[in-house]
Amino acid sequence: MIEFRHVAKTYEDGTVAVGDLSLVAPSGEITVLVGSSGCGKTTLLRMVNRLVSPTSGQVLIDDTDVADRNAVELRRSIGYVMQNSGLLPHRTVVDNIATVPVLRGTPVAEARERALELMTTVGLDPAQARRYPWQLSGGQQQRVGVARGLASDPNILLMDEPFGAVDPIVRADLQRELVRLQAELHKTILFVTHDIAEAIALGDRIVILATGGRIAQQGTPTEIMTEPADDFVAQFLGLDSGRALRVDGQLVVDQTGRPVGRLT
Amino acid sequence: MTWVLDNLSTILGAGWAHLWLALPAIVISFLVAVPIAYLANRYRWSRFTVLLAAALLYAIPSLPLFIVLPLVLGTPVRSTTNVIAALGLYGVALMVRYAADALDAVEPDTLLAATAMGYGATRRFLSVQLPLAGPALLAGVRVLSVSTVSLVPVSALLGVNSLGLLLTDGFQRGIVAEVLAGIVATVVVALAVDLGLVALGRLVLPWERARTARSSRKAPAPVEVAA
Repeated sequence: MIEFRHVAKTYEDGTVAVGDLSLVAPSGEITVLVGSSGCGKTTLLRMVNRLVSPTSGQVLIDDTDVADRNAVELRRSIGYVMQNSGLLPHRTVVDNIATVPVLRGTPVAEARERALELMTTVGLDPAQARRYPWQLSGGQQQRVGVARGLASDPNILLMDEPFGAVDPIVRADLQRELVRLQAELHKTILFVTHDIAEAIALGDRIVILATGGRIAQQGTPTEIMTEPADDFVAQFLGLDSGRALRVDGQLVVDQTGRPVGRLT
Repeated sequence: MTWVLDNLSTILGAGWAHLWLALPAIVISFLVAVPIAYLANRYRWSRFTVLLAAALLYAIPSLPLFIVLPLVLGTPVRSTTNVIAALGLYGVALMVRYAADALDAVEPDTLLAATAMGYGATRRFLSVQLPLAGPALLAGVRVLSVSTVSLVPVSALLGVNSLGLLLTDGFQRGIVAEVLAGIVATVVVALAVDLGLVALGRLVLPWERARTARSSRKAPAPVEVAA
């Protein structure tokens, strides 16, 4: 369980990224932080593994304040997947995946063996193990990023717009893959995105953030879709326009009458 | 040409001595410049100050430095230590800028990812930032090596053995062939060191080799600027 307790972050230049936020991300679930740029979602995520330290307030993992833990040890115990994969360009795929176990002292041969297994888990061909990251497609790089995040079998996985830079088809593929993985692994995942469709597709819980790290609404996808808390949320969900649908015979149409689906 | 053939052993001996003045100076310059550059990059003011100091240091005329340095170090004027120290000083002045730029050019996202994986500061520097700065550092070291090799002859004015002696001796005795031999041999030493560095680069930067192989396949005439 990850708990944010009255956290705030003001950067040196005076920007308030997060005002005063309290939030719980339950164990074994995917909690999605969603909001447009400047809502502090990445800042919040980075507080968990101490890439950012809150100006005030606490972040707790299973009731232990992360500030009390050694930062390097803490980071090795938390999986981190970022946009554009953040792979080390001078290491082969297999060595990238093995990074954290090797840092934690696992013998290299053993870590590589495990990395090869993980490649299969995330849907990569182990034949690509000896390649360098730039020799892979964007989608494959993200898969490597996910495998690296899982390599030391952490309880917590932080994902910062991990599928933001790939094309929509590959993104949908990666999203399905993550849902499949999560059904097996039951990690506590904190997932950041600006894409509400992605939040709905992945989140057990969704937290909609407004500018300055204010929580506009949180709940399950169904709760949020059926009862948006205010106009901001409704607008963010697109309920005010594109998603306000009506039934016209067998067809489902949007406000302008354009068909978007069929009742079955 | 007959002069060259008659004095081949002298030229080879001078070339060898030349190389062993240049190589230690190059290695020392690199080893000293990289940590300085790393520290300098921490703050805007420190980077500015260090790079300015390096530029001023490089502007000191070489002959006076060869003479003043022994007074500071307490070494004899004609010792090789004195020469190597002076060459090293110029080398550091030159290399600090290259190293600062090379380290600075490493993708911040990659460094952030490394930190997020749980690299400590020292380990991140040694096994992520330094290797990724490798190609740019190598480019700097190649300039450094040419600069150092061509600076060595100045030490001949103090009487220290190097290819520079062929120049001073040739001028004094009016042997044109000797002067030309000195110039050509210096160029040969510079090229040899440069080739050695390129080979070393291919050895320690294997991922770059893969990358250049690709770019030359894709584009027939890649402009792989290394220096």
